[in-house]
Amino acid sequence: MSEMSKIVRTISNIIFPFIMIFGLYVIAHGHLTPGGGFQGGAVAASGCAMLLVAYGSTWIIDRMKVSRLSMFESIGALGFIGVAFLGLIIGGMFFNNFLVGSNILFGNIPKTGYTGANFNTGGVLPLMNFAVGVKVIAGLFVVVLVMAYASSLKEWKQ
Amino acid sequence: MSLRTTVAIVMFSVLVVFFLFTAFMLSFGTPKEAKMDNYIIMHTQTETGTNSGVTTVVFDYRGFDTLGEATILFAAVAGVIMIFRRVKK
Repeated sequence: MSEMSKIVRTISNIIFPFIMIFGLYVIAHGHLTPGGGFQGGAVAASGCAMLLVAYGSTWIIDRMKVSRLSMFESIGALGFIGVAFLGLIIGGMFFNNFLVGSNILFGNIPKTGYTGANFNTGGVLPLMNFAVGVKVIAGLFVVVLVMAYASSLKEWKQ
Repeated sequence: MSLRTTVAIVMFSVLVVFFLFTAFMLSFGTPKEAKMDNYIIMHTQTETGTNSGVTTVVFDYRGFDTLGEATILFAAVAGVIMIFRRVKK
């Protein structure tokens, strides 16, 4: 896939930050509003895929290694498992929400009923949302990137 | 009328009956067994401190389900990278 015209690249340059901000917002507010790690990660990864379509896969491959993206995907998975095991170590149960009620990090408890958004709640849920978000961004983008790059190689075109 | 058309008409009518049954026969909003739903709705904010009950169910009450989903995504990425790798001849 070669790069597209100047118009497409300029428009995607303009739109790309907004898509990434919206995806990161959905990830960060996963415990307050509808959405979460998977959904926000899919939004942000689709923004990256738009850059891939606009600029071509070789342009991306020159600037970003597949192994590095795969490393981020593994980091997200390890973070998710690590938070779950911290629940096992501290709270005595796998996937235990050990941070809720403690006033250190994400420890507040909102009033029952519809309350305004309070970001500092949720216990380990925001941490898991961040881990899954990193994992989904890197994972979905590396899938699209590798397939696009393989289809653009000459030895694959018979 | 051929056999294929007959089968198609029968399948379509069965589908329509299913949709009509779910639309008009079942009560909406009042399930028979609502203990777990009511528990989650009433206790989400006090137990986990979140405003979004869906995220609470996905990441807290049923964390193992999300763990399986993450494993599926990891396996998919590993498989795609393995299939499209560059083989040195």
